[in-house]
Amino acid sequence: MSESKPESAPVLNPRVTWEGCSVLLDINDGDRLVFARLSAGSTLKIGNKTCSLQPLIGCPFGSLFQVESGKEKPYLSRFVPPTEENNVQDEGGCQLQEVPRDNRAIIDNNQAQSLTGEDIDAMRSQGATGNEIVEALIANSATFEKKTQFSQEKYRLKKQKKYAPRVLLRRPFSRSICEAYFKKYPVRIGFLRVDALSLLLSMANVTANSDVLVVDMVGGLVTVLWLNVWECDIVVKYCGILGTGSVCSTYLGETPYPIEIIRMFNFNNEICKRILRCSLDDLCSVQNETGIQVSQHEDVCTMEIHSNEKTSLLVSTEEVPLSSINGVTDLVPENELTSSKTCKAPKAGEKAPKEAIQSWKKNGFSSLIIAAPEQDAWSLVKDLLPLLTYSAPFAIYHQYLQPLATSMHNLQLEKMAIGLQISEPWLREYQVLPSRTHPCMQMSGIGGYILSGTRLYTDTSQP
Amino acid sequence: MLLMDPSRKISFNRCIRDGDLVIVYERHDIMKAVKVCENSVFQNRFGLFKHSDWIGKPFGSKVFSNKGGFIYLLAPTPELWTLVLSHRTQILYIADISFVIMYLEIVPGCLVLESGTGSGSLTTSLARAVAPTGHVYTFDFHEQRAASAREDFERTGVNTLVTVGVRDIQGEGFLDEFSGSADSVFLDLPQPWLAIPSAGKMLKQDGVLCSFSPCIEQVQRSCETLRSNFTDIRTFEILLRTYEVREWKMDCSKVDDGGSVACPPGKRRRQPSSEGSVRDNPSCAAVMARASAEARGHTGYLTFARLKCMS
Repeated sequence: MSESKPESAPVLNPRVTWEGCSVLLDINDGDRLVFARLSAGSTLKIGNKTCSLQPLIGCPFGSLFQVESGKEKPYLSRFVPPTEENNVQDEGGCQLQEVPRDNRAIIDNNQAQSLTGEDIDAMRSQGATGNEIVEALIANSATFEKKTQFSQEKYRLKKQKKYAPRVLLRRPFSRSICEAYFKKYPVRIGFLRVDALSLLLSMANVTANSDVLVVDMVGGLVTVLWLNVWECDIVVKYCGILGTGSVCSTYLGETPYPIEIIRMFNFNNEICKRILRCSLDDLCSVQNETGIQVSQHEDVCTMEIHSNEKTSLLVSTEEVPLSSINGVTDLVPENELTSSKTCKAPKAGEKAPKEAIQSWKKNGFSSLIIAAPEQDAWSLVKDLLPLLTYSAPFAIYHQYLQPLATSMHNLQLEKMAIGLQISEPWLREYQVLPSRTHPCMQMSGIGGYILSGTRLYTDTSQP
Repeated sequence: MLLMDPSRKISFNRCIRDGDLVIVYERHDIMKAVKVCENSVFQNRFGLFKHSDWIGKPFGSKVFSNKGGFIYLLAPTPELWTLVLSHRTQILYIADISFVIMYLEIVPGCLVLESGTGSGSLTTSLARAVAPTGHVYTFDFHEQRAASAREDFERTGVNTLVTVGVRDIQGEGFLDEFSGSADSVFLDLPQPWLAIPSAGKMLKQDGVLCSFSPCIEQVQRSCETLRSNFTDIRTFEILLRTYEVREWKMDCSKVDDGGSVACPPGKRRRQPSSEGSVRDNPSCAAVMARASAEARGHTGYLTFARLKCMS
């Protein structure tokens, strides 16, 4: 009775890349993360070399590539590490040698390496591979033999990262995107760390059938949390009978918040249709204006333009080539992904249709997530909690403690919620190597705070 | 869990029915799962509660006992279930559970293998993550615990998403029929390195594995074994620090007392005029937060790894 997940989804196997898909490039084992959209023309810059990303199209996710200096220009070549060699080369496989060395005799005066920059360039132009250069550097180092074994490994790894950098091809998942943003542009996501993000998902009990109300002022990261659950394209084929959930991203005022992060995923149209936007005023108003359907198209355009502006301001063009946004003005046809002639990103964040709003008002949302690190939490909670159905959980993220403390206190006083808890996640990574296991030297000191709880039934007839 | 079955979803109109599972909330640390039965009663230190009073009320309601005490009735979620389930083994809590699910990249439709099942705490959350089309195959070598877990999954309504098997994964590995079909594998075993080779065979290419171990020696050995066929090996620990909130009404009039506060002479002269305004507002209320005195120091190390792409 093993799942017979159909591998025969349209043309695509999501385990293999395709032209136009979004990928995450992991350079040198986590040192640097870059998002890209694969096409014949897209490139990647590592150090001072620019390589075309074309060789990556059609390869399975998880493939490893190494930068090689070709006769004309550097290129990425598929690299399959032989397991045996790894055991010897990798830090993990080495045994402790009999005679322990130490660094008492090593003087760090930059004189140890006898190969010069010109020598290395000469080697390159003769077609030496990155690995050969690394070996040459080791052979020409006066102090290499004197180093401890660990030190030798570290040296080798450092040279390899510089002269033969490796690129790992990965799928974009919330986890990796959050980590990349947290490392590079934490302010944009309000210091929402990956463990805090995962807590929001759990504490708000988000599942495929959830109707999630989201206030997302962290670039779309929280909106995609729900969507990430639909990342797998194969699932889309059965969208009709699969979960009935949706996500409503609400906003104060007139303009929705930018959700550029959504475009980094490979969501197709079916999924994007489930991300709906609705202003807070619309959600809270008693009756729905007739003008909604009429203005729908305009609003969509406005939103698009707004996103464009914001995106060009916020996004660094080098790391995140999101220029594909410029091409998107209309809804893409349903089977866009199968043809994939263009690199257009399907649009998400349609203005919520009247039926959806009415349905939400009738049944209530089943989860509420607020990630508005610069806003006053209580005013948002006060307005949004009534939209949440009874006994539904909510999770509010804030980078500061005080607004959440105030909210928690008020919620208790007004008896609006139960099971209230303010949590601060703490995350530490470890380096695990033989005889060298310890927590990493660096860690993040800030993960924000989360207020979670369950909405109570409030009988409005009671005083 | 109500959300996983769209026909029984919670909503404004959905009331508690006979046969529903509710979470009885007495206090944040005293909760219990109760199956609603028309003729049953629930008894605790607050008194006697008739289930028939509960039927027809919305979830999230406050209900009273014969003595006037009260409790709240909540809809079950995997988080609440983790807090109320009976511990047959040490369980995973929300911090680890949520991180595991995110890092294993579990989405609806995934096939997840787990060993050991233990008390089913993580399993329930895995079911939520793979719903509605995915599946969790979980294994425990203890027959009775496997049976108890099966019962729990029926009670909470996730049994369509979870299959419990009795198998010694450490000794025998996973079943061949799952070869190459698992999106994610989770191991919570005393000697996970014995199960890692088999887990590697079960995973699809680029699939993710997670091993949870309380001791660092276990982590070291697991990582050693992982290095042959896995990449992107990372080990974490995650903890939650909770905060308490209190309204502190400070008695501001005390501050006027020249004796207790050292003010420069200039300020002292100004005091009489400000005294009046302070007395009008004798207490300044402030909501303050403070970390809880009790904290968890350690649960276990989470090691994640991705199957190397060999083709």
